[in-house]
Amino acid sequence: MGKKYLKNVAQLKLDPDKCTGCGICVVVCPHEVFRLEGNKAVIINRDFCMECGACGRNCSFGALDVRAGVGCASAIIKGKIKGTEPDCGCSQGPGCC
Amino acid sequence: MDKGCSCCKNKNKADDIKRVSPILNISDITGGWKARWNIGRLKYTVKPGLYKIGDPLGDSEVFVTANYKMSFDRLRKNLKGINAWILVLETFGINVWCAAGKGTFGTDELVNRINKAGLKNMISHQRLIVPQLGAPGIAAHEVKKRSGFNVIYGPVRAVDIPGFLKNGLKKDPEMRKVTFTFLERLVLTPVEFVKAIKFFPIIVLILFLINKISGNSMPGPFYRDLLIYFGAFVSGTVLFPILLPFLPFRSFALKGWQLGIVYSVITNLIFYGSALGNPAGLFIIPVLVSFLSYNFTGSSTYTSLSGVEKELKLSLPLYGFSILSGIIVLLIKTFQG
Repeated sequence: MGKKYLKNVAQLKLDPDKCTGCGICVVVCPHEVFRLEGNKAVIINRDFCMECGACGRNCSFGALDVRAGVGCASAIIKGKIKGTEPDCGCSQGPGCC
Repeated sequence: MDKGCSCCKNKNKADDIKRVSPILNISDITGGWKARWNIGRLKYTVKPGLYKIGDPLGDSEVFVTANYKMSFDRLRKNLKGINAWILVLETFGINVWCAAGKGTFGTDELVNRINKAGLKNMISHQRLIVPQLGAPGIAAHEVKKRSGFNVIYGPVRAVDIPGFLKNGLKKDPEMRKVTFTFLERLVLTPVEFVKAIKFFPIIVLILFLINKISGNSMPGPFYRDLLIYFGAFVSGTVLFPILLPFLPFRSFALKGWQLGIVYSVITNLIFYGSALGNPAGLFIIPVLVSFLSYNFTGSSTYTSLSGVEKELKLSLPLYGFSILSGIIVLLIKTFQG
């Protein structure tokens, strides 16, 4: 029930050696995946990760590795048909979701 | 004093900037309603650039948003009584979160827009309030490096902005969390339905052919089938989003499949007098409802790329098997007369 998506699918890695505990991942994550413990970030809810990529993009220390993308069926199907990465096709202009 | 001082020049420049109201008028409201029904949604835009709300000064906050008019309107509506600047990025009519996912609401566009708008001449500080859901596209440290501005990630929902300002630009944990409430799901259903129903003519054609081949001279069965399949579209695009958290399992395809089975059994009871009255429908309709439900992952607020891919891998063979079974049952029925 609720907002839990599939278990053990999210591709998210946190390198504790590179983490400085700045906390930006906690700030940008929309699903409370991280928490600061001491002076390091830790992953507390991996299965809540939707791979939006906000943490990875904003970690200036390269401590986060996330497979960023859109969890969107039509984008994935379109990508499969065209043989490209999942894409709604609207990054260059109007005409999509 | 010196007429050419920088403060006066700035003042004149600021006077040229379009002021917007925090109060939405009738056309804003009907425009938003139309967008919810997918009417001209992709052309529902505002011009990118700098705007002001109230009487902002050099130390007023700058709010960054997308040029989807509904995003812009949502922001200004929640800035009532606040003097602020609004910097609109070119996202081609896409909302902040989706545009950030695609990178159009991104570091490059933000830095360019800061320069184009001459923001440095307007304000005396270096703070930009960017919606948190813009973070997948924007790297705060890159923006700092390239423009000198500090990105402060604001709340997920514009409605929390007054509280965020009162908190001294700090977010409560609740302001960071994306939700998917009943109402948030409900407002998405018209677009889901309108987009899906475009494919209904294909179903009409198939049903027409099936009825022709099976030699049904009466239009009754054809209309009955049309009604059943129309209901299946409603189930997948309206009922599914509403029932989402109450359906068992986590997979959208599986949730939708169950909904399709229940729907199919109910229509069988109504139109055929028994739960298994139309076995072909029992195979085919759940696939349709499941696929429409699976498609809703694109509008949901918590599905991941890896998860949606996994669902596709698992469900495609099942869809194929189920539809094939449905066709075989249909053929057997037809030839048995």
